[in-house]
Amino acid sequence: MTALEVRGLNKSFGGLRVTGGVNLIVEPGERRLIIGQNGAGKTTLFNLITGELSIDAGQVLLFGSNITRAPTRRRAHMGLARTYQIITLFPGETLLRNVTLSLLGLSPLRWNPLARLDRQQHLVDKALAALSRVGLQHLADRPVAQTSYGERRRVEIAMALAQEPKVLLLDEPFAGLSVEERGDVLRLIGSIPRDVTIVMIEHDMDVALEFAERITLLHFGQVVVEGSRAEVVEHPRTKEIYLGA
Amino acid sequence: MKRIAIAVALLILATVPLWIGNSFYINIAAQVLIYAIFALSLNILAGYAGLVTLGHAGLFGVAAYTAGLLITSGHGQLVVALGSCAMTIAIAGVFAVLALRGTGLGFVMITVALGEICWGLAFRWISVTNGDNGVTINVRPHPFGFSLESAEAFYWATFAVFLLTIGSMAVFVASPFGAALRGTRDQPRRMTALGYNVWLTRFLAFLFSGFWSAVAGLLYLYYNQFISPEAVSLSSSAEALLMVIAGGSGTLLGPVIGAGLVVIMKDVASAYISRWNFVLGAIFVLIVVFMPDGLVPGSMRAWRWLNSRRVRTPVAATATPAIEVADDGA
Amino acid sequence: MNLWVILSVNSITFGGLLFLLSVGFALIFGLMRIPNLTHGSLFMLGAYFGVTLIAWGFNFWAAALVAGLGVALFGAIVERFILRRLVGAEMAQVLVTLGLAFMIADTCLMLWGGDPISVSTPPHAVGFTRVASVAFPTYRLVIIVIATAIAAALWAMIERTRLGARIRAAVDDPAMARVCGIRVSSLFTLVFALGAGLAGFAGVIGGPILSVYPGLDQDMLPLALVVVILGGTGRLMGSLVGSFVVAVLYNFGQALFPELAYVVLFLPMLIILVVRPQGLFGRAVL
Repeated sequence: MTALEVRGLNKSFGGLRVTGGVNLIVEPGERRLIIGQNGAGKTTLFNLITGELSIDAGQVLLFGSNITRAPTRRRAHMGLARTYQIITLFPGETLLRNVTLSLLGLSPLRWNPLARLDRQQHLVDKALAALSRVGLQHLADRPVAQTSYGERRRVEIAMALAQEPKVLLLDEPFAGLSVEERGDVLRLIGSIPRDVTIVMIEHDMDVALEFAERITLLHFGQVVVEGSRAEVVEHPRTKEIYLGA
Repeated sequence: MKRIAIAVALLILATVPLWIGNSFYINIAAQVLIYAIFALSLNILAGYAGLVTLGHAGLFGVAAYTAGLLITSGHGQLVVALGSCAMTIAIAGVFAVLALRGTGLGFVMITVALGEICWGLAFRWISVTNGDNGVTINVRPHPFGFSLESAEAFYWATFAVFLLTIGSMAVFVASPFGAALRGTRDQPRRMTALGYNVWLTRFLAFLFSGFWSAVAGLLYLYYNQFISPEAVSLSSSAEALLMVIAGGSGTLLGPVIGAGLVVIMKDVASAYISRWNFVLGAIFVLIVVFMPDGLVPGSMRAWRWLNSRRVRTPVAATATPAIEVADDGA
Repeated sequence: MNLWVILSVNSITFGGLLFLLSVGFALIFGLMRIPNLTHGSLFMLGAYFGVTLIAWGFNFWAAALVAGLGVALFGAIVERFILRRLVGAEMAQVLVTLGLAFMIADTCLMLWGGDPISVSTPPHAVGFTRVASVAFPTYRLVIIVIATAIAAALWAMIERTRLGARIRAAVDDPAMARVCGIRVSSLFTLVFALGAGLAGFAGVIGGPILSVYPGLDQDMLPLALVVVILGGTGRLMGSLVGSFVVAVLYNFGQALFPELAYVVLFLPMLIILVVRPQGLFGRAVL
């Protein structure tokens, strides 16, 4: 059984086709990298997979279940998590509260108007654990506004990991990070166990190639090259698209 | 420190009839509390859910009119209370289903239309609501046998309800659901991706808000012994919104302060300053332009800034704007 | 039969007046995406200005024009010094216009008192005119003519002049318009002033029919809202159509369903908002 499968995915905005007949098969535990120029439709593909964007045609399967019709929130409950290219943390809250909100999304407690959120020890403990996985537990009580960009990136990842997803979609996790921060995040991603399947969109080839096992190259919304890292890097089409022809 | 200040404030409020002799002013104080409850209910939507509504007086009016009509047709106080609350919550549900179809400005417009429909019914459905003449009652409730005819007694009953309201709000804010609601205000799309049902969360918040609006409406009716279409109008909704925003939406204290400000301006200051509406509007404009978080967070920031001038540590402004518009997260 | 004719004529004239009131609102909403909640107050302000000008000896039409200009100037000041500070914060702009409405209403109360003031019909338009064997109040017919003239003038301005092209561009895509060298901020001030001026002018024109009284603003604002929602924001044709639809709903509603008059008025608005909320509040093109 595949972890994530996409069949014949199509999406157009008026006359503009942003996703054209995309097929994708990601095996459990795989580290898949999606690359392509700006506007190739990478983030759109993620949005279609999570359901945040409605598809025109095609199917999305998560561990064999057809989630094409499932609302986005249900996909989260089924083990799909993602980060965003533009950091979307909850402003005005502490890092701990940000991760707690992430945990709460999958918990029936989210409907409870009487309990005290701060006193839910099991949630607090799990949130702290998630923060320590990304090396930020010492900043748990720091408001988001007082953290650096690199720290916020790591919080994004912590929030996604906290939900113990089966499939994790990372959208340009290295964007805007310093060299040192990239190293930290790369190590962090590398330490994620194999029971999480990871699909990453990334622009920065240096770090991304270290991560990738298989690579999919998107161009104008279609898959043009796919294969192992070595295959894709050597492929003439890849060179053509990236070095210009 | 904060606890002590709150305790002192509550103590002062609790003993108002003891140190204000004049029943005119005691009545004003009761009015402040009634409007505070209404403003707090509106704050659930405008402050915590990020859903600014200009139709909330419609719900307030539904409660007051339902109660008035139940009373004049001879029902007892328990039926009146339950009936008006139930009716208001039901209408709040209808409001929610319709209004949540829109986002941001669309949402506001829908609430305006809904509020105006309620007002139009109050104003024109003369066979039921008595139109401009309003509905007059001549009783006050007597919970557990206590008479509330006197200003003092009514004030204390109102204060007790106010305590319940504030307590309920405090619990709500600290609860997981309250946190989820604020999340839908700040990042609705993210919340959906995290597994939350944003629509349902907002819908339930509407019902919760509707309940407390009903409480306020009921108290209002008993206080004035009268309800007329004026209280259901767009400007009443606007005034309530003003209370929330002036005081500081998204805080517990803000709407209370805002209510106090508006009521005192209206009923007390108007004796000295004859143009209270102008002043109110001006305060509103100034606050929206210069202190968009409202008076409470704004003053807290100003206080911290003043303090920081002595100590050279940077002050973080973590207050979120009062007027966070929630967009469509579903 | 006569009732229907009278209702129809009244609807058409009221529609003309509503058009004058709402077209400004539609322009402002279309370009600046602000539902200008001050609009009713601007109408009322213009009406009061007109009353004073007439008392000072101006003739009715001159008073209407000058009042319109006065309110336009006021609108320009408001936009330039208050609304411009809040660019991008749509909700804040809405709330500020609300606060301003309070201020204007109270100022009018202070300056002109609480009693309703009636405005006499301008001398050449008194009396009745026979059209197809029915006698219509002449002034009401004049309103229709004025509304049509203004609609035509606005249309010409928007569709045929460079200024109109700039406005259309800015409505379509403000960022792109700026890149093309269009001074969008100045356009905002101009359009807001224009919208305000039209409202003020309409206030005077409406004087003989509605008279001027405190609360006029609160009576007119919801009507403008309904017109714009029904007719489409920013669309000139839509405002015209919407005005007449609302006038019909208002007049016939009052006559046929007096108890549900306002429901008849606001229900269509509600239905449109609920059924097509995105369509009306997406990009509006003039």
